[in-house]
Amino acid sequence: MTHVLKIENLQVAVEGKPILRGVDLEIKHGETHALMGPNGSGKSTLGQAIMGHPKYEVTGGSITLDGEDLLEMEPDERARAGMFMAFQRPVAIPGVKMADFLRHSTTNVRNPERKEGEDLIPMKDFRRELKDKMQQLQMDMEFARRYVNDGFSGGEMKRAEILQLAMLQPKFAILDETDSGLDADAVRLASESIADIGREKMGLLIITHHDKLLVHNPPEFTHVMLGGRLVETGGSELAEELHANGYERIRAAYPEAEAENLAMAGE
Amino acid sequence: MATEITPDKNDEAESIGEINKYDFRTETEAVFKAQKGLNEEIVRQISAMKEEPEWMLEFRLKALEIFESKPMPEWGGDIDINFQDIYYYLKPTDGQEKSWDDVPEEIKETFDRLGIPEAERKFLAGVKAQFESEVVYGSVAEDLEKQGVIFTDTDSALKEHPELFREYFGTIIPSEDNKFSALNSAVWSGGSFIYVPPGVKIEFPLQAYFRINAQNMGQFERTLIIVDEGAEIHYVEGCTAPMYSSDSLHSAVVEVIVKKNGRCRYTTIQNWANNIYNLVTKRAVCYADATMEWVDGNLGSQLTMKYPAVYMMEPGAHGEILSIAFAGNGQHQDAGAKLVHAAPHTTGQIISKSISKNGGRSSYRGLVRVEEGATHAKNNVVCDALILDPESRSDTYPYIEIMEQDVSIGHEASVSRIGEEQLFYLTSRGLSETEASAMIVNGFIEPLVKELPMEYAVELNRLIQLQMEGSVG
Repeated sequence: MTHVLKIENLQVAVEGKPILRGVDLEIKHGETHALMGPNGSGKSTLGQAIMGHPKYEVTGGSITLDGEDLLEMEPDERARAGMFMAFQRPVAIPGVKMADFLRHSTTNVRNPERKEGEDLIPMKDFRRELKDKMQQLQMDMEFARRYVNDGFSGGEMKRAEILQLAMLQPKFAILDETDSGLDADAVRLASESIADIGREKMGLLIITHHDKLLVHNPPEFTHVMLGGRLVETGGSELAEELHANGYERIRAAYPEAEAENLAMAGE
Repeated sequence: MATEITPDKNDEAESIGEINKYDFRTETEAVFKAQKGLNEEIVRQISAMKEEPEWMLEFRLKALEIFESKPMPEWGGDIDINFQDIYYYLKPTDGQEKSWDDVPEEIKETFDRLGIPEAERKFLAGVKAQFESEVVYGSVAEDLEKQGVIFTDTDSALKEHPELFREYFGTIIPSEDNKFSALNSAVWSGGSFIYVPPGVKIEFPLQAYFRINAQNMGQFERTLIIVDEGAEIHYVEGCTAPMYSSDSLHSAVVEVIVKKNGRCRYTTIQNWANNIYNLVTKRAVCYADATMEWVDGNLGSQLTMKYPAVYMMEPGAHGEILSIAFAGNGQHQDAGAKLVHAAPHTTGQIISKSISKNGGRSSYRGLVRVEEGATHAKNNVVCDALILDPESRSDTYPYIEIMEQDVSIGHEASVSRIGEEQLFYLTSRGLSETEASAMIVNGFIEPLVKELPMEYAVELNRLIQLQMEGSVG
């Protein structure tokens, strides 16, 4: 069975203000989708709503994973069902070591039925696997002993997110600007890692401004968001066009969505 | 203590099913059972039972007078104790047991479930276990004896080392100090007595293990530690108490003397049942270039009032207090610290971390005093509070008394709530909300937990996890 993530007419509000105004999107396992659009158009909101952030209130529409209603699930249940999001700005958890966090996380995602307090995956196996994955990402093992995102540089944060992607092997991953704040070398490394870990092995939704990420991960589909709607969908050539020319054509072609985008961005 | 001692201190996997072992009672028949209540006759009886010298009987009787004349403290928490409804002395077996084989089966069962044999296997140190009011099992590692270290229960020390005992007993915390030190002085029983000779450095932590196990029974242990010049010791005590329905009182007195260049760390992890009043007086004096560290973890109890103190008496003395308090439903942790700079060039630090949840209340109450003439004293206080829900409460009462100009004093305090973003981040990675909260709380206290011996760190992480279950949502 091919896994399918299906979003229909999704409407999302934050603190009572509508952000997404009816988004339709279907991603099949193995596909790579790019989500582009100007700042404030609602791209990150889509990611947060898919993962179930409590601040993002779904006011209409549906999200299903293989027909199961994701909106009925808590964030941890969504993760256990095979969803993942790499955060644009992951929060620090002082005092919690990366390795401990990842061992809990990996255990739960691999054993979705696990109850609190039941066995974690054996330390030896976990260490070996973590070490392999960290070597692939050219990360020092010392990193596993650091506190989650605490005092991380921008590059370290993004690599830590990719490490989690590699360990958790979700069915679908949303990468929210995983390339932002990185220098050219770091972007290349991140792009190659994502291609290696996720391309064709997951369904990917890549939210990006950068073309490097897409060079290594050419999308089958490119979606353009404006004013909380997906106004255009194309292939990888659409991503190339937007990188080359910006959003002027899009803004002009969809004046209604552009007005809503300006209103949202103005707040 | 948990019986499983895992090589990885963060491996708290198999913890949840074990809650019951902290909540059991073993049927025991006390050979001698004192009557409830407190009066001169009871105090005389305790002293006679213990075959004590006359001076100790007089000490007890004087303390009883002081106790009766002192009012209840008017600060801290609400204390509602009927002092006539408490047993002041219970003796579970006829005498001091020589070896593990001689320990009565019922008592052994209790200790088995508490992990005492494992603790002994793990450390070749002496394990002192106080069961009810008397030490029934103890062993002292041979190498300690060879080095001249005395590690025994306080009652035996009075008999076996009378001069050393009398020289220091009651000198750090006199009976007049407060109502509960007076009470302890009148009815004290058990506790640990340690003497470390000059230059002797004990490489492994010495552990005591005790618990209350009789309804309405007060436990009034008395600990005295003398660290002679250049000597070093790390002493560890931990408690888990079974749950009982009526009020119970634990009121200990701990006195520590650290002489020139000596070093003492005293680590406590306490997890009392919800009906226990835990009113403890702990104080150390620290001489030239000596270091005293209190590491104090308080969980459970109805009310804990405990403020470990270090008096820095000579130049170069260093006092440090690390305190963790966890207040759950119906619990009030009034915990803190006291540092007194009584000499120039003394340094002190207080780090306090408190967690309040389900309507629990935790207070930091601290005193920093710099005496006149204590120039170049340096002191730093950091207290952080984490509040898990709107019903819970945290207060800070920092008192600073400075009688000298040329000093450096710092104080930082923070109060925070578990952040929505932190919870979302962890849950979006597959952790349940309870696991995520427990992880955040454990992270919050990590800077202190990493100072604990490994199995205590495992235990504390487990206790926190158990305390967190079902707490959020």
